[in-house]
Amino acid sequence: MSILSPSDKVWWHEPIEKTELIWISIVFVWGVFMTFMMPYWHVVGDQNLPNETYRVTPEQYMAKAQSVVDQFTVGEFGPQKIPVVHPPAGSDVYLVARLWSWWPVLELEKGQSYRVHLSSLDWQHGFSLQPANINIQVVPDYEYVVTLTPDEAGEYSIVCNEYCGIGHHLMLGKLLVVDK
Amino acid sequence: MNTNLFRVCPETGFQVHKPGERLMKANAVAAVVFLLIGGIYGLGVGLTRWPAVHLLPADQFYLVLTAHGLNVLIFWIIFFEIALIYFCSAVLLNCRLATPKLGWVAFGLMLVGALLNNYIVLQGNSSVMMTSYTPMGADPLFYLSLILFAVGALIGCFIFFGTLVIAKAEKTYEGSIPLVTFGAMVAAIIAVFTIVSGAIILIPTFLWSVGLVAHIDPLMYRMIWWAFGHSSQQINVSAHIAIWYAVAALVFGAKPLSEKVSRTAFLMYILFLQLASVHHLLVDPGVSSEFKMFNTSYAMYLAVMASMVHGLTVPGAIEAAQRARGFNKGLFEWLTKAPWGNPVFSGMFISLVGFGFLGGITGVVMGAEQINILIHNTLYVPGHFHATVVLGTTMAFMAMTYWLVPVLFRRELVMKGLAKFQPYIFGLGMTGVSLFLMGAGTLGVPRRHWDIGFAGTGMTHDFPAAAYTMLALNGMSVVLAVIGGASFCIIIVASLLFGRKLGEEKSSPALAANMVTDKEYKGIGLGGLTVPGTLCLTLIFFAAFAAYYFINWKYLSQTWGIS
Repeated sequence: MSILSPSDKVWWHEPIEKTELIWISIVFVWGVFMTFMMPYWHVVGDQNLPNETYRVTPEQYMAKAQSVVDQFTVGEFGPQKIPVVHPPAGSDVYLVARLWSWWPVLELEKGQSYRVHLSSLDWQHGFSLQPANINIQVVPDYEYVVTLTPDEAGEYSIVCNEYCGIGHHLMLGKLLVVDK
Repeated sequence: MNTNLFRVCPETGFQVHKPGERLMKANAVAAVVFLLIGGIYGLGVGLTRWPAVHLLPADQFYLVLTAHGLNVLIFWIIFFEIALIYFCSAVLLNCRLATPKLGWVAFGLMLVGALLNNYIVLQGNSSVMMTSYTPMGADPLFYLSLILFAVGALIGCFIFFGTLVIAKAEKTYEGSIPLVTFGAMVAAIIAVFTIVSGAIILIPTFLWSVGLVAHIDPLMYRMIWWAFGHSSQQINVSAHIAIWYAVAALVFGAKPLSEKVSRTAFLMYILFLQLASVHHLLVDPGVSSEFKMFNTSYAMYLAVMASMVHGLTVPGAIEAAQRARGFNKGLFEWLTKAPWGNPVFSGMFISLVGFGFLGGITGVVMGAEQINILIHNTLYVPGHFHATVVLGTTMAFMAMTYWLVPVLFRRELVMKGLAKFQPYIFGLGMTGVSLFLMGAGTLGVPRRHWDIGFAGTGMTHDFPAAAYTMLALNGMSVVLAVIGGASFCIIIVASLLFGRKLGEEKSSPALAANMVTDKEYKGIGLGGLTVPGTLCLTLIFFAAFAAYYFINWKYLSQTWGIS
């Protein structure tokens, strides 16, 4: 009985129940398959986060973001007049996370790829692009470079999904995707 | 035997060390108190998320959410686990508990830590969630209270190890320790790893909060904190699986199908579960894909395999025992004739099914490196862990408590009619919580978020109407789960205070079943298989697992290109 010491002192030599052997074989093969699935998707799949990351200070990061905003601003968004930035396809674009906003509003072209840089100026934040449902952690001191390729035009929201204090639920940003 | 120090348990025949027993009781009572406190906070969370109710203002919501997580995920569970490992060592091995005085020091540290933590969170300047990610800071006492609690728990683990040493030296058992004690030992070993990880990250963070350390790297914090945070959930897994085996033995007189398989599966937890820290870093910068893939798979899913093995061997042991007792007809007579009105069994079985089907499958799927992109930090995450930690661990601990109250406290349970239904009420409520949170998370709703309507932002975002429906259904499920949880606390507290004293007589019906004999096990099963019903159930489980796994890859393939 499981609450008592095994009655057979040398339990290691007891035969394994047949049902157990069947099940162990199935789950072992399944485990190997699932392990293989992740590197396989890196080869054939279109959704893989990269390794490219840099250390950065908030000042350095803000300077780079500001430079892109200065060059490629094409308008303003909403009552807060957030700059709308339309960078060239394939270029490096910077998204700034801070308490409690995303800055600026990026305007990307459908079907084009962009090197989107993500970092925070203060606490940790969560980049959650809706309704595409792409979720990436945003960590201060680290600059993550993720290449995104929008597949449909429209107005997307960037929700913060890492708790960042009392104004967390006010941290909403926009990302626009336009046809070429 | 010194009768001042020991009593013979009339239910089980075990020699119970009285000073050790007092510690088990104290830790178990503290556990239930913190479950009650944490459950009330949980009601506040659920009712605030319910759009039509939206009970609390934002600051109180974040405060209550912080307090909810700490009270139920840390204080309730670890107090109970300390009681459990003392029971699995001292009682099951007929041994004295090592250093009961130090046990009280451990209990005191844990109690002071838990109370101080509640006090400081209620002050309102430490609403940092359980994870307290830097550079967001809490009151220094917030970290200090957790350190005190952890030191107490660590002492408790070493008292357990000490008891194993004493039992061996004093030859209070023959051969190997029982499987249940082995499971508790695995839990305690993982607990040491967990608490040391907690110390490595929380002590510097405490020093940072008082200005003695200049900087805590936020990414390092995440990695080491989760070596503590996720591993602590692995303690729970080992502990509640030990309880599954214990209930199979106590209610059915079952023995494991084979000691070798069950013990090897437990051992795999020690070897691989700690890698799970990385489950939380799958969409983080600065962590390579190679590192993510190796660790998130627990090195080729070997720890997942261990859980799936227990998922077969526990019901398999029950099936074999039931068949041996005469319920040998067809595939499922053993199951239909199980004592569904006994909360010790029904709670354990709900825990088994809920942990496997809801918690296990979703955990492995969201732990695939790329699929995590769809799920990270959405409400799916709390949906998943309410299935593992509440439906799995808490439900199992409740079931065990129904058995421990008459055995340790020698009081008969009161309100037996309510106790019969309590596991179903709580189980149904928590199944709803888990499913509806996961549903909302699949639709992108963020976790730890006060208002998904985004009022006051000057912008709009409309989540699908289904997301709001899910949150309303979640709120209703929370109410049901709280009714179930409150029933449990009331039954236990009332039994301790007013339950009929049981004295030295053995209860009838017996609390501990007689062991099924080898002779009874002869000739059971169908078509050459001893436990065909269980194999059938596990194949259904496997089909659900595989289907859900591929659905999520399909879903992932439909979003934007990410590289």
